[in-house]
Amino acid sequence: MRNERATQLLFELSHPGRGGAVLPACDVPERPLAELLGAQHLAAGPPPLPELAEPEVVRHYANLSTLNMSVDTHFYPLGSCTMKYNSKRNERVAGMPGIVDLHPYQPESTLQGLLALLYELQCYLAEIAGLPAVSLQPAAGAHGELTALMVAAAYFRDQGRPRTKVLAPDSAHGTNPASAAMAGFDFVTVRSTPAGFVDLADLEAKLDDQVAVFMITNPSTLGLFEHGMREIARRVHDCGGLIYLDGANMNAILGIARPGDFGADMMHYNPHKTFSGPHGGGGPGAGPIAVAARLAPYLPTPVVERVEAAGGLPPRYRLAYDRPKSIGRVRSFFGNTGVLVRAYAYIRTHGPEGLRRVAENAVLNANYLLSQVKDFLPVPQGDRCTHEFVASAAKLKAERGISAMDIAKRLLDFGFHAPTVYFPLTVKEAVMIEPTETESRETLDAFAAALRTIVAESPELLHKAPHTTPVSRPDEVRAARQPVLRWTAIK
Amino acid sequence: MPYIYNTPADQAAMLAAIGVGSLEELFASIPEDYRLRRALDLPPALGELELTAHMAALAAANSSPHDTVSFLGGGSYDHFIPAVVDYVASRGEFYTSYTPYQPEVAQGNLQAMFEYQTLICQLTGMEVSNQSLYDGGSAATEGVLMALAATGRRRVVVGESVHPEYRRTLETYLKDLDAKLVTIGTPEGTIAPKDLAAAVDEHTACVLLQQPNFFGALEEAEPLVKIAHDAGALAVVAFDPISLGVLKRPGDYGADIVVAEGQSLGTPMQFGGPYLGIMACREKFVRRLPGRIAGETVDRRGKRCYVLTLQTREQHIRREKATSNICTNQGLFALRAAVYLAVIGPKGLRRVAELCAQKTAYARERLSVGGRLRPAFKAPTFKEFVLRDSSGNVDELIGDALAEGIFAGVPLGQWYPQLADCLLVCVTEKRTKAEIDALTSTVAKKPPAKPTEVARHA
Repeated sequence: MRNERATQLLFELSHPGRGGAVLPACDVPERPLAELLGAQHLAAGPPPLPELAEPEVVRHYANLSTLNMSVDTHFYPLGSCTMKYNSKRNERVAGMPGIVDLHPYQPESTLQGLLALLYELQCYLAEIAGLPAVSLQPAAGAHGELTALMVAAAYFRDQGRPRTKVLAPDSAHGTNPASAAMAGFDFVTVRSTPAGFVDLADLEAKLDDQVAVFMITNPSTLGLFEHGMREIARRVHDCGGLIYLDGANMNAILGIARPGDFGADMMHYNPHKTFSGPHGGGGPGAGPIAVAARLAPYLPTPVVERVEAAGGLPPRYRLAYDRPKSIGRVRSFFGNTGVLVRAYAYIRTHGPEGLRRVAENAVLNANYLLSQVKDFLPVPQGDRCTHEFVASAAKLKAERGISAMDIAKRLLDFGFHAPTVYFPLTVKEAVMIEPTETESRETLDAFAAALRTIVAESPELLHKAPHTTPVSRPDEVRAARQPVLRWTAIK
Repeated sequence: MPYIYNTPADQAAMLAAIGVGSLEELFASIPEDYRLRRALDLPPALGELELTAHMAALAAANSSPHDTVSFLGGGSYDHFIPAVVDYVASRGEFYTSYTPYQPEVAQGNLQAMFEYQTLICQLTGMEVSNQSLYDGGSAATEGVLMALAATGRRRVVVGESVHPEYRRTLETYLKDLDAKLVTIGTPEGTIAPKDLAAAVDEHTACVLLQQPNFFGALEEAEPLVKIAHDAGALAVVAFDPISLGVLKRPGDYGADIVVAEGQSLGTPMQFGGPYLGIMACREKFVRRLPGRIAGETVDRRGKRCYVLTLQTREQHIRREKATSNICTNQGLFALRAAVYLAVIGPKGLRRVAELCAQKTAYARERLSVGGRLRPAFKAPTFKEFVLRDSSGNVDELIGDALAEGIFAGVPLGQWYPQLADCLLVCVTEKRTKAEIDALTSTVAKKPPAKPTEVARHA
């Protein structure tokens, strides 16, 4: 029910002379721009942007939006991304004018409500992590990783023993090695065992006094709690290294176990995953980090401090920059406050019991779904998982030529977003499924039924899936070999 | 709990299907001594009504441009946001989706990204744009990292007139890498071409400059870019998107990589983030661009469509050899920027820029009448400018103005000791003549300082 015009580009819809928002008349005496700005700086005219009437812009984007699947409209079991329900009350409170329209350089006296919120959030994140010091500055999970590795580098430098290496398992997110490289470390991969755990012998072989940090995702990207965690932490700490916990999977252990209690010295949160910040079609996120006390002096500035007042007056909150050992800044301004405000609202909505129930139901939903699919879609790592599990289409591929991609694409015809596929790299034909706690048993049953149907369908049908979507199997090779990265008037 | 479906009966049936007796059993893989055997020490749960009231109370403890006239700038700006921007960005199909890994069910996002990339190229005169970085500071840093990789050189030259927080971010990143940061002083508020010429050499990877710069002043960008090029270095230019309604585009004066804080394009100030890191470059650097990029292709039926492309640059494929570690970006704010540009159009953008420039000129002149405040620099300014307070007490001025319901500006002493008596004043299209006049009268209430005091601060 869409005509061609619905998916034409803004530039094709442009019509000379149209549009232009209504701006007020200038209420100060106008002078020639060349006099104000210098003729040498002036452009001959405005940039060649499209000219569109306002209703056309609205219709254009409203139409485009209907081409997306989203959490609001579909089950979205994208493993590793925790696509849970995005609470509407959080959108409303984060959009309050006294919160959304604050300037980062307002005097502190005019920011006391927000600073109190951010201070409290620092405390909550410290408590949930079991690590006492928090920086809210990083803008995304990968940015949190990088920040923490910079903190580690500064810590070792300050001890007079700089170290050169960062280790992580082969099942790690690609951001782990990329962050290590950006922080100036050499990256070394540690093997996993066939059961999906860290290979302790390989770890032992790679540990030495040059290892600054071992990065571990626990629960892992395979949806397993690392059972060798105690031994891993002992060995890394014995050689003077630090344990970094990639907190992408915190949804599985909220209120159940705390990284600081099982060996982690540093971690990041993904509030856009665990605390339901909307994913925004790619972002924003945030990547606050929590660290052990001995690493606290190196955190980025500023942090929010609470200053008790005498004489029964309420406490004041301030932005503290006076931290001589700090690594400095990793971005401009305070942080992704809008995302942090939503995380605060999420934690306040749940309270301690509620957060624990989030983890319990996320793990229950994942295990239930696993139990409903394992008979026709093998799960190599076994019958139990945490918040997600990784099935494998390797057998289907070998026997019938059906790939993980075929299954993913066909699920779209059934009205489900596809799971993450081909990650982690350690599982062949990986299908990584994370249902989250905000889905019903009926939805999980319907999804399992769709999968059961799909694996029995003809390979030819599946290779060409999806069949009902606006486009099907875009030519990605052509996109990469003959890149067209913007519209131009003449091709 | 408000967002969980499972009833006790559902849970029992699901546990039975799994083959375990209790929820507790599902956590058996976590060793007992790692378990938290107490409730988290957090405040109790709030219902929606209570939460809303609590947040309203926190919001009421802040001041904002809704109750205080704001002349604050310095990289975050109080520009007008058309309603269409909020409408589009609040559609759940956009804001509750994720990175378009499945193009068949993400053509909305992918086409919007492709259009964003095109709009950024049109705006800047560059050839390729990515799909956003975190913010202006990290975009400037990534731009420099790109230049280091592209040239194989290890020296970076930056003017003190670049946003101090961008420079501080850059410093943090470069500390752990084998690269040297050279900062040129800007006593006149802009980079003197002779100073830049003296600072660049055959080891210089790039020059980072900002146009208009942090002081709101216009750099002589064309000669500066030429000086960089003459040394075989790249020119990385941080621009203000709104200024391009009237100013020359960085692509037109030879910039190689351009970056910007895109907040001005339809994103609220929200205390500094999330914002939009804009980055675009010449075509020859495309394989070094960090972040996601959308590209046009055809589907199996030959229909035009869009996909994420050139992914071999990215961390999920290249791991430690990736061009950057970035994964989650600022997609929703790239969308807002695209909608802003689409709805405001070329004439609208020009008008916003003209209003900023005219009102800024008026404010700069008015505030300088009376002798207490004087422009610190001679260079032309676009939408903000530095005033030196001859009474030497900027904090007092800010306090006096605040008492009258005005945010007078950003004090510069926190970054520039030599500008401790200076204030950065920003005037966007939203400010009115009456508001500028009100700030002027506040300032005028305090008499100008005696000549000897002026001399002390000269």
